[in-house]
Amino acid sequence: MYAQMVKSTGEAVKSREEMTPEERRFQDRIDAGEKIEPKDWMPEGYRKTLIRQIAQHAHSEVVGQLPEGNWITRAPTLERKAILLAKVQDEAGHGLYLYCAAETLGVSRDELTERLLDGSMKYSSIFNYPTLTWADIGAVGWLVDGAAIMNQVPLQRTSFGPYSRAMIRICKEESFHQRQGYDIMLKMARGTEAQRRMAQDALNRFWYPALMMFGPSDKDSVHSAQSMAWKIKINTNDELRQKFVDQTVPQAEYLGLTIPDPDLKFNEETGHYDFTQPDWEEFFQVVSGNGPCNAERLEARRRAWEDGAWVREGLLAHAEKRAARSAAE
Amino acid sequence: MSKEWPLWEIFIRGQHGMSHRHVGSLHAPDAETAILNARDVYTRRREGVSIWVVKSADITASSPSEKGPLFEPSESKAYRHPTFFDIPDEVGAM
Amino acid sequence: MDKALFEFCLRMGDNTLILGHRVSEWCGHAPVVEEDIALANTALDLIGQTQLWLGLAGEIEGKGRDADALAFRRDAWEMRSVLLVEQPNGDFGQTLMRQYLFDQWQALMLAALEESAEPRIAAIARKARKEVAYHLERSRGTVVGLGDGTEESHARMQAALDRLYPYVGELFSDDAIDSALAERGIAPLPSSLRPDYDAALAETMAEATLSLPENRWSHSGGRDGSRHSEHLGHILAEMQWLQRAYPDATW
Repeated sequence: MYAQMVKSTGEAVKSREEMTPEERRFQDRIDAGEKIEPKDWMPEGYRKTLIRQIAQHAHSEVVGQLPEGNWITRAPTLERKAILLAKVQDEAGHGLYLYCAAETLGVSRDELTERLLDGSMKYSSIFNYPTLTWADIGAVGWLVDGAAIMNQVPLQRTSFGPYSRAMIRICKEESFHQRQGYDIMLKMARGTEAQRRMAQDALNRFWYPALMMFGPSDKDSVHSAQSMAWKIKINTNDELRQKFVDQTVPQAEYLGLTIPDPDLKFNEETGHYDFTQPDWEEFFQVVSGNGPCNAERLEARRRAWEDGAWVREGLLAHAEKRAARSAAE
Repeated sequence: MSKEWPLWEIFIRGQHGMSHRHVGSLHAPDAETAILNARDVYTRRREGVSIWVVKSADITASSPSEKGPLFEPSESKAYRHPTFFDIPDEVGAM
Repeated sequence: MDKALFEFCLRMGDNTLILGHRVSEWCGHAPVVEEDIALANTALDLIGQTQLWLGLAGEIEGKGRDADALAFRRDAWEMRSVLLVEQPNGDFGQTLMRQYLFDQWQALMLAALEESAEPRIAAIARKARKEVAYHLERSRGTVVGLGDGTEESHARMQAALDRLYPYVGELFSDDAIDSALAERGIAPLPSSLRPDYDAALAETMAEATLSLPENRWSHSGGRDGSRHSEHLGHILAEMQWLQRAYPDATW
């Protein structure tokens, strides 16, 4: 999932008695399942939290182009190349939809981009891991998109109208992404010995980072409690992670691949798989900038932004000249 | 110096003769480019046959505080809906 | 085997293959996300056209090679792409200038090919022509916008034009294969497209406030495979690596 550890107000959820009449009316609308639209009154905390969350999600989509884009020029067939390119292009589109949703809250895309580049806004930890082999492209589609979908499907019901509409569009388009990843894995797992080993190696490297995507347990987090009350977060991180594991284990078995967790076991009592938690120390390091690819990812985005400045300025200058010319006529 | 490209609202008419529908927004330096961008961004899956673009800044929207006066009066006019009238079954479809 | 027809399909397909590769290198690095999406669309169209042209080449050859075999298992000296499409992306301006110079040629070529006496070629041209009309609208608009933009964008676009113009002539050079195909009514003589191309270019560059170089001398050696650029070897090393490292695998 692409928005991790989004800070909310940092305060406990207010009881009805503590709310102002406006806040109470607002909460009632959310509880009644109404959508909040950009011009509606909203608590400042709601607006700020949403901007942080939607922007983090948008940044993730845009940075997320890089690890997969890394393989477009090396894709093994013309068809695989086209599919991968279409998928990465969708991600750019999803970033765009989300930036636009954030912009309805009164913040500009340029501002958000600058906050990504100066490090004050984050993107998902997962995109700081390298894609080393073609099987990684399969694993990213299968596991990373699988984890993302798990989070995005419930978010279609989020309380903020533009965010919800962006999510609906994204979910519709994203349905092929996970399948294309699994399709690559299937081909590899049923292929030559080298391909099978490549597939296993990719699973080994992406399993725990995929589990980290849901973020550390937030059952005691005040931020999450507030976000859930506002319906901008629908499930707890642990719920989604469990759902992901339960869904993915049988898929791995079908591929004949082994999930790199010796303690993974189906628990008859709970009806769920027991599994080992990822290394949260590693997660915090990655989030704070010390993952294997953080430097490259940000540098690539910074270069795109800085090297592109003359293009953005040039085209705008031309548009203004033309408008002035046609006004003079 | 750096100034952001204006934001445009995108409306697309689909295959089946429906009206143009708002699908989202994007940035572009001018209207012509906004149409091209809209084609690339919002019709990747053959969603449309016609595109309108409108500068977001040019849209005047109703204010949420007027929601009551604007929309509630129509709630009491149930006779505008066909289900208001009971037509005997013997008359057939109407 | 119809050698001339085979060569022609390789020439068309290798151009789109190599240019598609170059354009796809931009993925995730464009000046705005709208451009990322637009460039990806162009690259996707080019890859799709490659599948058609190389697929037809394989069919004509009749030795069981499909589009993938032709794309991923030929070495530089067997490739038939023009030098223009092999040129590095450079900055965004150079990429769009290369795209425009190519699109303008491709639009004229495909229009002529719609009338081809070889129905399979006419069919590909009909499909590709609509895609290319859009590429051309977009690349032309960007060349004009950046040429007639700021002082900096103008200077960069002029530099891009000066850098790439010496690769334009190769698109219009005739050889024995071209003459044979023109006689059979399969494809136009490349040189016959030049007047329309020059007229379009002059108009575009005037609008873009850019000056066409006077020297019309041209590099050559790509479309006949006699001397490709050094860039092509690196493109192929990247593009073909997986197929060649695991020759017994399917993907």
